[in-house]
Amino acid sequence: MKGLRAFVRENSRNPNAIAYTVMAIGALAFPGIVQFANGGNGDFLVSLAADGGVYVLLAIGLNVVVGFAGLLDLGYAAFFAIGSYTYGMLASAQLISSPIHHAVHIPFWIALLIGMFVAAGAGALLGAPTLRLRGDYLAIVTLGFGEIVPRFFRNMRDWTSGVNGISALDVPTLPFWLTGPWASTQLAIEHNFRFVSFNPTAWYVLIVILIAISVIGVNNLYRSRLGRAWMAVREDETAAAAMGVNTVNTKLLAFAIGASFSGFAGAFYGAKLSLVSPDSFGFIVSITILSMVVLGGMGNIPGAMIGALLLYSVLYYFLPAAPAQAAALAHSLGMDWLNQSSPNGWPGISEFIHRLQFIMFGLILVGIMLLRPQGLLPSRLRAQELKRGVHDESAVVTA
Amino acid sequence: MIGALARMPSTLRTFGSSQVSNLVGLLIVAGALVLTLQHVLQHSASFFFQILIIGIADGTIYGLIALGYTMVYGIIELINFAHGDVFTLGGYFSLALFPIFGIAEGKPGFGYVIPLLIVAAITMLLCGVVNVAIERVAYRPLRHAPRLAPLITAIGMSSILEGAMYLWRGPFSLHYPDLLPLTRFNIGPVNIGVKDLIVIAFAVILVVAFTLFINLSKLGKAMRATAQDRDAAQLMGIDIDRTISATFFIGAALAGAGGITWGLYISSVDPFLGFITGLIAFTAAVFGGIGNIPGAALGGLLIGLIRAFSDSYFDSSWTEVLIFGILIATLVFRPTGLLGMRVPEK
Repeated sequence: MKGLRAFVRENSRNPNAIAYTVMAIGALAFPGIVQFANGGNGDFLVSLAADGGVYVLLAIGLNVVVGFAGLLDLGYAAFFAIGSYTYGMLASAQLISSPIHHAVHIPFWIALLIGMFVAAGAGALLGAPTLRLRGDYLAIVTLGFGEIVPRFFRNMRDWTSGVNGISALDVPTLPFWLTGPWASTQLAIEHNFRFVSFNPTAWYVLIVILIAISVIGVNNLYRSRLGRAWMAVREDETAAAAMGVNTVNTKLLAFAIGASFSGFAGAFYGAKLSLVSPDSFGFIVSITILSMVVLGGMGNIPGAMIGALLLYSVLYYFLPAAPAQAAALAHSLGMDWLNQSSPNGWPGISEFIHRLQFIMFGLILVGIMLLRPQGLLPSRLRAQELKRGVHDESAVVTA
Repeated sequence: MIGALARMPSTLRTFGSSQVSNLVGLLIVAGALVLTLQHVLQHSASFFFQILIIGIADGTIYGLIALGYTMVYGIIELINFAHGDVFTLGGYFSLALFPIFGIAEGKPGFGYVIPLLIVAAITMLLCGVVNVAIERVAYRPLRHAPRLAPLITAIGMSSILEGAMYLWRGPFSLHYPDLLPLTRFNIGPVNIGVKDLIVIAFAVILVVAFTLFINLSKLGKAMRATAQDRDAAQLMGIDIDRTISATFFIGAALAGAGGITWGLYISSVDPFLGFITGLIAFTAAVFGGIGNIPGAALGGLLIGLIRAFSDSYFDSSWTEVLIFGILIATLVFRPTGLLGMRVPEK
């Protein structure tokens, strides 16, 4: 007990520790709370949260590239696409219609690792010829790569079904699974468990475990020799090289490791949605993930996670719900004429709000950058660097 | 294991040596030319010239847009993602202005020349004002912030402009009136439309006028000085803020003119047209050498030609892959572009 008290006292002023604690408790309590609040009909929200977890994973991965190593990546969704398509081809009947004429059904748990390595390989492949480029040039190359990859998958019709995408992907299976009141059923052990779409709680638990593993892994990397090399390269590449950091391999590893998380996320996303289509990986996805990292605070893992959760809930929960709510509000205020579309161009309030979404997204991006360019939960080390322009030894130790 | 990998001596550095990359680049270009020639010979000569003219017309429009990208990048090292949407805005503004000046489809004639030019002037002015406002609101406060910040506000501004056009005229593609004469005539095997000639002439005149302006006027000199060294320019008494505003204004005016030209040539505009067109024009700017004004015009022309030939001689679904492949290849093999000079990496 004394240990716990000391732990709390030590960390009560550490925003990262608080953020981790709040997120861990929130993640554990979330399914129970929404099921209770919605009278057992909260499956929709749990499923949405599991999808949001994909973005948390992506933000953690992009944070390695952009936040730690300072390599600007505008095409991160390309690796996400590669992860998803890898799983789609290796775990469905898709390859029957391809030139090899055999379906491949690799179990999810193994395909997860394969997706990870394929995405990491793609990251290294992109990184290798572009490493001598700096800053904006690198950003432009990644942007081009991000535009090419989805089009490539769309055009390889024999392998990927083109615009229709790959559907009916295999779901993960486990020998047993514990189910209980958090999924609004009796406490019991299920044998030969399959992750099915009408059981979002299982998907939710899976993604939370994946995120937890990733966070532990990235935290260890951050504190390792490699993590320090990333920071050195980010701050001053020439000085880092002079200090004996192999900048080429360091940057290559940042690209590969960052991409590997999107391989993870891609496999989960494909399995849960049971559909991989080339439209899901456009520029807007790359930008959304980048905005999540920047909003949360670049270079800080819990910051990126919080940014992902906040922006995801705004973009996929509040904004989509807004048109119906506006219509209901207009109705309850007795202004039903707002809901009618009129011939002089007024499309009705719900359609109007729906059309506002691009402006909303833009205003969020601009607003965040103007009001809080360092992010909501900035890395303490980076905050000090930004303030003083130099970093002292104590800052490195405490970070 | 990862630590060991990070300490490993690298053989990748040699990949960047300039002779090797120049040779690889040349081989790629030569291969592409041979492949194109082979396809060209399978079709008739008149088809070739038709595609050539479409490519030139598209290319000059891309060049108009690329100039704005390259100027802004040259002066504040920012990829102005909103630029493509300012181009679309040119189409939308001119569409709204046509009824005011009594311009409508179906009765084209010389009477339209003056009103059309007035509409073009007002549209260019409006686009310029919008772009200057964007710079004031979204880029200027972040001039000393980390590089990522203005890049994200640029993307945000792009989304806002697209959203504004979406809200204004709805999500659908709008018909742009056919105002140019549809007459076509033959010169030998070449079949040319008057419309093509007008579009090409209009764009070329603007590019030439702009180049003269940059090279001869005092403001143009100030822009070149600011692009070269902002601090030194300031010490020489150049008003940096004004010069940057002027750069955004002129770039947007050219993009707005590009929007009108696009509408007249392609006959439709939609709110999201600027995204992909902007990326292609940006590729053109990089291809020609970012920051280099003749380079942007040349890059636009080449990208237009590549696009037209790829669409008609190969498979149009691979055209954009090809163009973005060129973008990557340019930066990998020749980061300074075709005409670019060595720019210090800041």
